[in-house]
Amino acid sequence: MQTIPLRLSEKWAWGALGLVGFIGLWASLSAFGIVPRQFLPSPLDVLTRFIHLLTNPFAGATLPQHLASSFQRYAYGVLLAAFIGVPLGLLMGWFRWLDDVVTPLFDGLRFIAPIAWVPFAALWFGVGIGGPILIIFAGAFPPCLINAYRGARFVEPRLIEAARMLGTGHLRMILEILLPAATPSIVSGLRVSAGLGWQSLVGAELIVAAAGVGFMMVQAQANVATPTVMAGMVAIGLVGMAIDVMLRQGEAWLRRRRGLQA
Amino acid sequence: MIGRRGWVGLGSVAAVLLLWFGLTTATGFVSPGRFPSPADFWLSLNQISTRGYAGGGLAAHALQSVKLVAMGFVVAIATGVPLGLWMGWDRRAEAAINPIFLIIRPIPPLAWIPLAILWLGLGDGAKIMVIWFAAFVPSVINSFAGVRNIDRPIIEAAQMLGTPRWRMVTEVIAPAAAPMIFTGLRLSLQASWTTLVAAELVGALAGIGFVLNMAQQDIYPGMILVGMVTVGVLGWATTYALGRVERRALAWNVAGRD
Repeated sequence: MQTIPLRLSEKWAWGALGLVGFIGLWASLSAFGIVPRQFLPSPLDVLTRFIHLLTNPFAGATLPQHLASSFQRYAYGVLLAAFIGVPLGLLMGWFRWLDDVVTPLFDGLRFIAPIAWVPFAALWFGVGIGGPILIIFAGAFPPCLINAYRGARFVEPRLIEAARMLGTGHLRMILEILLPAATPSIVSGLRVSAGLGWQSLVGAELIVAAAGVGFMMVQAQANVATPTVMAGMVAIGLVGMAIDVMLRQGEAWLRRRRGLQA
Repeated sequence: MIGRRGWVGLGSVAAVLLLWFGLTTATGFVSPGRFPSPADFWLSLNQISTRGYAGGGLAAHALQSVKLVAMGFVVAIATGVPLGLWMGWDRRAEAAINPIFLIIRPIPPLAWIPLAILWLGLGDGAKIMVIWFAAFVPSVINSFAGVRNIDRPIIEAAQMLGTPRWRMVTEVIAPAAAPMIFTGLRLSLQASWTTLVAAELVGALAGIGFVLNMAQQDIYPGMILVGMVTVGVLGWATTYALGRVERRALAWNVAGRD
């Protein structure tokens, strides 16, 4: 047992050992036929399929095209959630009656998994772009609302009192006091939303879509094209990671800026 | 006692129910093919509870879903919590396992569904596998963070007293990390439900997600709503049950009490 922090070189060595072990286990399981290669392709198979899919269509489009249509839906859904959730959260943080009215309804809906909206999404908006957007919205909306609300609720009371004493109206109070003070909380809410939205997108596309990475994976599953399924997983993971890294950078940038200002 | 807040809340719920009735039954503004009226909802609920739908009654479908969530969740915490504790305690384990996590974690649990179906088919096994994946990550991460956040002096004091390794784990580390572990379990439980519903929608032979899937194919809005409400109620009930367990287990912890 090692409880004190490792030196950096040791850390890298153990990390490399873990990765090599993991990939080695995977490769040998398929290489020695312990698991049939049809069901567990080797890492190399997945990599070559991934590269192959970049230029060759599967289920009607190449991987970048599928990713583009996924990303379009995703962006609409998350932006819609942000544009409704953040203002509503701020308003609920300022007007107590609105909080009392919305909170019980919101709590009632919160326990319904976003993915359970799939049948209504399909019924109302079809499998094109509308259906998946509703599901992404359902996944991404709660953190936007909750974080904007918490941010607005826990603003330093003295700021509000000072502004009030100067005769600030409701609108300016929300835009110029609550919004700036709640920004860090809102931004971390957006990051959570972006992650959950990406999750919901994958779920939505597995069920109600006629294009997109999730759709490609379901088609591949039906054709027992395991390397294509796994290449889809890799693509989803890479894009999800890229979104997270970008938002983290944005959050860090914002923090630094605020830290300098304070 | 119901305060002002409670009355306003009850009022808004009542207003929404009234609006629902008004828009569907009273005025027909929303067509029954798009969203069910309260009467449709009641009839569907009645049908599935008495005569059954999609091959079983409501209780049977609900029980099937709860069973799978419980199994996947238990397997996930039985593997995830010890792994997280180990990674928190042993820096070498952390250094070796963390990079693997960094690779696997960005893949959403729902993206494992097609692979799980390829490997294990449409039965219970595939569902338990994806729930395990969904619930595993939050329980590892929070157990890990729980160990890392223990005050050094607590561990040092125990070590100085010559506490054997096993008692160190059961009497020092696990209790000190317990509040964080429970936070992880709550996240795991939510993830389990989302994943199960998705997996059952993609392909299943029973369960609430299967009811939703059949209702979607039959274009049966009343039954869709019954399925959604059931998902919500089950999610709430299991979260509530976990909260009770937490309060019982962490009676000493003030933060666990509210």
